[in-house]
Amino acid sequence: MNRNQYDNDISTWSPQGRIYQVEYALEAVKQGSAAVGLRSKTHAILLALKRSSGELASYQNKLIRIDDHLGIAIAGLTSDARVLSNFMRTEAMKSKIMYNRPLPVYRIVSAIGDKSQVNTQNYGRRPYGVGLLVIGVDETGPHLYETSPSGNFLEYYAISIGGRSQSAKTYLEHNYESFADADVDELIVHGLRALHATLQQDKELNTLNCSIGIVGQGQKFEMIQDVDLQRYLDMLGPQGTGDQAAASQGEAPMDTE
Amino acid sequence: MDHFPNYWGMPPQESFDRYNIFQDKTKNNAISDPTTNTKQPIVTGTSVIAFKYKDASFGSLARYREVERLYPVGEYTVLASSGDFSDFQYVKHTLDKIMTKEYYTNDGHILGTPHIYEYLSQVMYHRRSKLNPLWNAFVVGGYHNGEGYLGYVNLLGTTFQASTITTGIGMYMASPLLRKAVEGHEDTLTEAEAVDLVEQVMRVLYYRDSQSINRYQRAKITAQGVEISPLLSAPTDWSIGKDLRGYQ
Amino acid sequence: MSFYPYTDNGGSALAIAGEDYCLLASDTRQSGEDYKIHAGYVPKAFKLTDSCVYAGVGFSADGVALVKRVRQSIEWYRHAHEKTMSTPALAQMIATVLYSKRFFPYYVGTILGGLDENGRGVVYSFDPVGSFEAELHKAVGSGAELIQPFLDNQVNLKFLPEVERTPLPLDVALQIAKDAFTSAAERDTKTGDYLEIFIIDREGVNVERFDLKRD
Repeated sequence: MNRNQYDNDISTWSPQGRIYQVEYALEAVKQGSAAVGLRSKTHAILLALKRSSGELASYQNKLIRIDDHLGIAIAGLTSDARVLSNFMRTEAMKSKIMYNRPLPVYRIVSAIGDKSQVNTQNYGRRPYGVGLLVIGVDETGPHLYETSPSGNFLEYYAISIGGRSQSAKTYLEHNYESFADADVDELIVHGLRALHATLQQDKELNTLNCSIGIVGQGQKFEMIQDVDLQRYLDMLGPQGTGDQAAASQGEAPMDTE
Repeated sequence: MDHFPNYWGMPPQESFDRYNIFQDKTKNNAISDPTTNTKQPIVTGTSVIAFKYKDASFGSLARYREVERLYPVGEYTVLASSGDFSDFQYVKHTLDKIMTKEYYTNDGHILGTPHIYEYLSQVMYHRRSKLNPLWNAFVVGGYHNGEGYLGYVNLLGTTFQASTITTGIGMYMASPLLRKAVEGHEDTLTEAEAVDLVEQVMRVLYYRDSQSINRYQRAKITAQGVEISPLLSAPTDWSIGKDLRGYQ
Repeated sequence: MSFYPYTDNGGSALAIAGEDYCLLASDTRQSGEDYKIHAGYVPKAFKLTDSCVYAGVGFSADGVALVKRVRQSIEWYRHAHEKTMSTPALAQMIATVLYSKRFFPYYVGTILGGLDENGRGVVYSFDPVGSFEAELHKAVGSGAELIQPFLDNQVNLKFLPEVERTPLPLDVALQIAKDAFTSAAERDTKTGDYLEIFIIDREGVNVERFDLKRD
């Protein structure tokens, strides 16, 4: 038994200045399948890899619509995400009712940050085990944020979270400069390539295992799923053994997990 | 615990209790009395008028002595009130609080005129639904996304938007004048014409509204922001008075 | 002096259910007390879904509050079921919302016009506390007494010798609605300014606006 002495609860520091429970929660995010987000000058999109526990089971939903201008992708504990998305929907509605204003994206993301932080400081609580990618459009344009169980949140040009997301990040880092002026189709193809990079060698993206969320200036949040995905998978071209992704990103270091 | 020894089981002392700094709990105490709500306004102000013209919206009102009833909220919005003055002060304070919060959130978003109007409308309707109304009729005027904006809300939570809005007795007397001058001409009415119109309407209101005095303020809201004028008076002519017969 | 939390802002609305369409019309005048007209264009009919339109007449603030509440419920229904509410479901839900304020009612006469799940035109009308009924045509509001008998006669062919009944075509329904409102605006001081007609069919909801008497 080599138990860590400092990870029994959330309110105990380790002598190295770490809070292990929070770090474990961050690991929970990595247990989930990958989600990718990208942003152009006019649009923000989400792509997520859906998992199924077997032939007989359905695929777990990864995208959640919050409002006409707001949507999220999740990685980690789905039930925690449900709590957070319910909170987000409530806040979005409050903003509409009270001010007749679509909830500014930063406000909801920082509210989640505040909510998550409480769970990292009080004895007897547990941090959320889910990371979110939040996309939304408000008066200041399209936005893409990542939130994590630690209460941290950051805005990105492009980002990925979840299992093997490092490979997607590498792709995005190589290509993000072209995203700003990309149209929606180009953005989606970039997203699919990034998502493809998170797959294991023998796996392919298909209409069942992925979903796309789009929101833009003058375009309400919309999810593309099932057969509607085929058009975009066709644009992606043959997936093969990851050549597609590798071709445009040079030598992609494969994430080991 | 009760920290006032006077209350510790002492029988009331009729002879000196009323000179005491501590109130007799059994008499006229704000805490023990039943809750009461406003049933009538106390200090009131009379009409507000407002209308849109070429690239701006315009508000104005008759005044109650030196009391200002035009109040800027944020950079592009003016709140004008008729009705109870203390309720107006409360609303000003409430709006200042939310605007301060907006400001320090510092994310590039500030509540615009329609948002402030919606919030105020919700507050008004909510208070009427608690049967504890804010005894006012408000006009919210402003400039938002390249357009003038005017909204009305009153103590019942009744709302409407229009290119001319009036409150109080002005609803009877100023409305026809404003509608005739403004409706259909919102995009062509110039600022000079608008200023003349305000003066003309204010004069009519002063002549016929016995509660008014000849003092008003004028607010102009454009893309450049809010401008509230100093005290103004409409020139009046009472010379006709000497020819009146039959009223002594 | 004591505070009375209601007022009557007037206005009329009507709805006619057709075979494969529904028509809902309302004037846009908002009246105040003592013959005041607050404003000429204050809509009291609102699109709720692609197959349903609401109109509420009476106390305007309650009408607006009711629509807000109903729209919230529609949104939560969409979150929960990933589809929009059907018109009959909406009717039942609105009745529940109205009854929830049974002892401090929303002072509104409500009508819903839309298509049911099979694409047939339906009209529901409600009293302020949620009692409701499906109908083929209905008028509510300050001009209802003038409009309802006209609709009974023109839409339901009441008070006429036996005539052959054929489904009412949309253009006829449209003309009936316009005539109903021009007449009502003549006699009812609280109806006027503009007429908004919502036409709900399989394609969705379309709005047309017409002039009414403005005095």
